[in-house]
Amino acid sequence: MAFIKCIDLSVGYEGKAVAEGLNFEVNEGDYLCIVGENGAGKSTLMKTMLHLTKIISGDIEYGDGLKPYEIGYLPQQTITQQDFPASVKEIVMSGNLSKLGLRPFYGKAERDEAKRNMKRMDIYDLRNKSFKNLSGGQKQRVLLARALCASTKLLVLDEPVSGLDPKVTADFYQLIKKLNDEGMTVIMVSHDIHEGLNDATHILHVTGKQLYFGEASKYADSEAYKILTSIELTKGDK
Amino acid sequence: MLHQLYEYLQYPFVRYAVIVGVLIALCSSLLGVTLVLKRYSFIGDGLSHVAFGALAIASIMKVTSTTLITMPITVIAAILLLKGGQSAKLKGDAAIAMISVASLAIGYMLMNVFSASANVSGDVCSTLFGSTSILTLKQSEVMICFILSIVVITVFVIFYNKIFGVTFDENFARATGVRAGAYNLLIAVIIAVIIVLGMNLVGSLLISALIIFPALSAMRLMRTFKSVTITSAIISVVCALLGIIISILYSTPTGSTIVCADMAVFLVCYVIDRVRTA
Repeated sequence: MAFIKCIDLSVGYEGKAVAEGLNFEVNEGDYLCIVGENGAGKSTLMKTMLHLTKIISGDIEYGDGLKPYEIGYLPQQTITQQDFPASVKEIVMSGNLSKLGLRPFYGKAERDEAKRNMKRMDIYDLRNKSFKNLSGGQKQRVLLARALCASTKLLVLDEPVSGLDPKVTADFYQLIKKLNDEGMTVIMVSHDIHEGLNDATHILHVTGKQLYFGEASKYADSEAYKILTSIELTKGDK
Repeated sequence: MLHQLYEYLQYPFVRYAVIVGVLIALCSSLLGVTLVLKRYSFIGDGLSHVAFGALAIASIMKVTSTTLITMPITVIAAILLLKGGQSAKLKGDAAIAMISVASLAIGYMLMNVFSASANVSGDVCSTLFGSTSILTLKQSEVMICFILSIVVITVFVIFYNKIFGVTFDENFARATGVRAGAYNLLIAVIIAVIIVLGMNLVGSLLISALIIFPALSAMRLMRTFKSVTITSAIISVVCALLGIIISILYSTPTGSTIVCADMAVFLVCYVIDRVRTA
């Protein structure tokens, strides 16, 4: 049994499918990179896995000890968050929100978990700083620490390096690789096919339909890879 | 002047007015940050007009306490507006604009046609801009304000962490299994309650100011959610107290005086922020 198994899945919004015929599974310890062009349905697929968008048809099964909402999500930053008054600690702490249930306040267990993840992401010294004054890389690490509070099993990252400079991007990929080595399962949505792909164990290529799913090492030989790289090349020419 | 104030405070109804004013100001400031950041300000504005219409209905029905009528109508409107704003097909802001002006028109119409009062324009004016003096509040009104304020403050404290979660990042909260929709509804209902309460103090046209100004001021000074919330509550209470005292001493309209105090504080905070970041 896999963590997540998608069976003949169609995803979309307002009843219209943007990607169809998706069949893949994510197992414990995997590092799955979902690639494809913008508007190819990969973000919608991710939102569907996170229960943010309704399934059009087909099914998603959660198993192997993973509860349907036990997912650490690193969303793209929204405009609201640009000037939101919140400290690093407050944001990381909110990753524990679902553990509260009917309790109104955080307890020692949640505070310890937040502290541990802030140290892990090397942002503990920034804990009382305001989120909006941080650099792009620091912000991502804060949101990553929050995601780690929400799940110890599966991370879902949505275009995590967009807007980061090359140095910070490399550091960020390294951080994700380290988490994966420590046993964290990772699903990353990315339109950047280069660096992130080196670390992935599996690739899912979506462009309206499933063009490739399988081990990352075999992806470079596939037809799908040629399509994607040729697009990248023509973009580079312009 | 202090002697005069002391004399006024000897009367129990003056003391009640001050206590109720402070409690309402405290309540209204609590959700300001959420309202501003969730782009819910428009709901607050729309609701205050609905509350005006509801109050017009209540006043011609001659019930003992108008709050008993205005509260349920405004809460229902809050729920409908929230649902409408979320549906992508319906243009949320256009719907709200429609409901706002329709409520105003119906409210004024009802008050004009059915009112037995000799001074209709005076009634309308005090509904829009608050009682000319907070001292004219009825005993029953004072009690209801008091109880509802305590309820709002308690609910806010209990749900503080959840309100922060759905305000900062609704999608994240939803993805981790938090029932964000239910909390959005809770926020909308609290806003409705605050608006009905605040209408007694500053009137339906000025209540938005009471909700938004303290939060905006606090956001210039503070950088964390907790400190912004606390500062905003303090600013709101101080301004309300100041406004009420000035309005008693100089017989100015209570609502406008409080809002002017809030505005002055905002300007000061704005300048401090500018100087600090320059």
